[in-house]
Amino acid sequence: MKWTGEIRKSFAIACWFMFLTFPILVIRVNTIEKVIDWRWPNMLYIGAGSFAVSLLWRYLMGRTAGGSKPAAPEGDAPATPLQRLREDPKFTRPALLLLAVAALAYPFWVSTYQVNIMVTALMYVVLGLGLNIVVGQAGLLHLGYAAFYASGAYTYALLNHHFGIGFWTALPLGGLVAMLLGILLGFPVLRLRGDYLAIVTLGFGEIVRLVLENWNAFSFGPSGISGIPRPGFFGVEMNLQYATIYLYFLMIALCLFTVFVVRRLQDSRIGRAWIALREDEIACQAMGVDKTRAKMTAFALGSTWAGLVGVIFAAKTTFVNPASFTFLESAMILSMVVLGGMGSILGVALGAFVLVLLPEYLRVFSDYRMLLFGLIMVIMMVFRPQGMVSGIRRTYEYRENESVEHGTAAGR
Amino acid sequence: MEPLLDVKNLTMDFGGLRALDRISLDLRESEILALIGPNGAGKTTFFNCITGIYVPTAGDIFIAPPGKKRERINGLAVHRVTERGLARTFQNIRLFPDMTVLENVMVARHCRSRAGVLGAVFRDRNTRREEAAIVGRSYEILRTVGLSEAVNLLARNLPYGAQRRLEIARAVATDPFILLLDEPAAGMNPRETDELEALILRIRDAMKIAVLLIEHDMRMVMSISSRIVVLDYGQKIAAGTAAEIRKDPVVVKAYLGEDSDA
Repeated sequence: MKWTGEIRKSFAIACWFMFLTFPILVIRVNTIEKVIDWRWPNMLYIGAGSFAVSLLWRYLMGRTAGGSKPAAPEGDAPATPLQRLREDPKFTRPALLLLAVAALAYPFWVSTYQVNIMVTALMYVVLGLGLNIVVGQAGLLHLGYAAFYASGAYTYALLNHHFGIGFWTALPLGGLVAMLLGILLGFPVLRLRGDYLAIVTLGFGEIVRLVLENWNAFSFGPSGISGIPRPGFFGVEMNLQYATIYLYFLMIALCLFTVFVVRRLQDSRIGRAWIALREDEIACQAMGVDKTRAKMTAFALGSTWAGLVGVIFAAKTTFVNPASFTFLESAMILSMVVLGGMGSILGVALGAFVLVLLPEYLRVFSDYRMLLFGLIMVIMMVFRPQGMVSGIRRTYEYRENESVEHGTAAGR
Repeated sequence: MEPLLDVKNLTMDFGGLRALDRISLDLRESEILALIGPNGAGKTTFFNCITGIYVPTAGDIFIAPPGKKRERINGLAVHRVTERGLARTFQNIRLFPDMTVLENVMVARHCRSRAGVLGAVFRDRNTRREEAAIVGRSYEILRTVGLSEAVNLLARNLPYGAQRRLEIARAVATDPFILLLDEPAAGMNPRETDELEALILRIRDAMKIAVLLIEHDMRMVMSISSRIVVLDYGQKIAAGTAAEIRKDPVVVKAYLGEDSDA
């Protein structure tokens, strides 16, 4: 009974679509022979296509609506394989070990090209985790993240160009510059909320890009800065292949460092204040959290990671110009955070991998990349707004003998 | 004995609307003072002024924490007011829904702890000790309000009455000397209200916290408050003990209705 109704609705939608697309897809005026081509097959395709999509959509919607009910009794529900993988150390440890071995062996197995892609993916993992501090944890919608990424890259490029400063000195400096920039932007901006904050950060991102593009004396304009040296390793000369592998391990190390820091922050007094701030700003202040300070910390820390990755980006491509730091870049990093799961480390890393690797391996569809991208986002927001992986809250155990024990922190 | 909270001629204007008109009241040690009045009388506005969410147009708010100097707190930022020892709950529950019950309370320990970013990352001995103390104290408070079984549940999954109690626990965790409760019994059944009453008395006696209470449940107000202040249209129309208020003709007319034994 229910299904006939669904089919009828889908049929109506298909008819509606055929009607709407009729003028552009069916009728074609042949101006040379002065006749009209009736392309009826097109209409058929549209009808069949929209019918199928509509039916699928309805089916999925029905499943989400029905699926949320049995999930209600919390706690005793049998764990899904993913949950067990994340929470049970018996599964987590071997999984991590496997991952570590795979990560170590990877660059010696595949071509330099593949390693290069992986380096890019890892860079986005770190960027995503950095932005996740601001967006996922503190709940500040930040659309100008690329500006901080750019500041790190240009810090290294300019310092190297003018003073010949090397990679390892520039790395912390890049982070520092981005952090200062974050604080500088934070002062006026962080009294804004929600949409307003998003607009201002968006504007800031564009300002930074435009300054870099137009202030020729400072940043060499659109032509950028080239000949930036790759990271050095105690003065050892390396060919491209080894340099890439070296960069790969550098990124792995930075990733591990980032995950370590982010995890510790999450379980700290400051991390809790961030999440509280995201959940309810007024209540959070009423609990004695200094709102401005908490936001500023999140902003500064998030920016620092962007700066660090910026330096690595400059070293990897040996060339920077403003075109690498457009709004699209900010949007891309934000999508990773949202797609993967705000506030979840595993989720953000997964999101970054998906969004970097998929376009890389689906080159065939490169024309439709943005289209697919938009489609994925819409589908995600409708069916799984919390992202691919949702965050788990840390649980604590308490022993009755008044001494306090930290429970096992769930793997995130 | 100096009053813990001394409000003098507090006035709050919103544009042309005078939400509070020269309200004065004081709260003394281990007292439960109820603030009653019809909807829109300005009770919550009064709370918002005291806790720094609104900056009052005129008047003074003085606090005198035990063992500390008297201080004027007009226009202090919200978190500074909490630091000084005034904690509040909200009329419409404002928990952190996606945090666990314990974490909700742990957030409230924020202003009584100091670990920074470096402490969080390196987790040195002081930070670890502080974290342990936060967890321990939060547990203790949750046990007081009867939520020790629910510590690892998400706050959003708690039943309504438990959410109200968690809000009180969270406020108590900031180590206040004055607790401001905004309609804690709203939506509770008589049995839950009785439990809440016992809880408020327990908190006052065990932790030496004075309570300022907004409440519509007259049975509860009459039985636990030492004094009652009545507001109507932003003005203080009466003050006194439960018995006095019950008999006051102005109050009866404005609020309790003709049936004065409500």
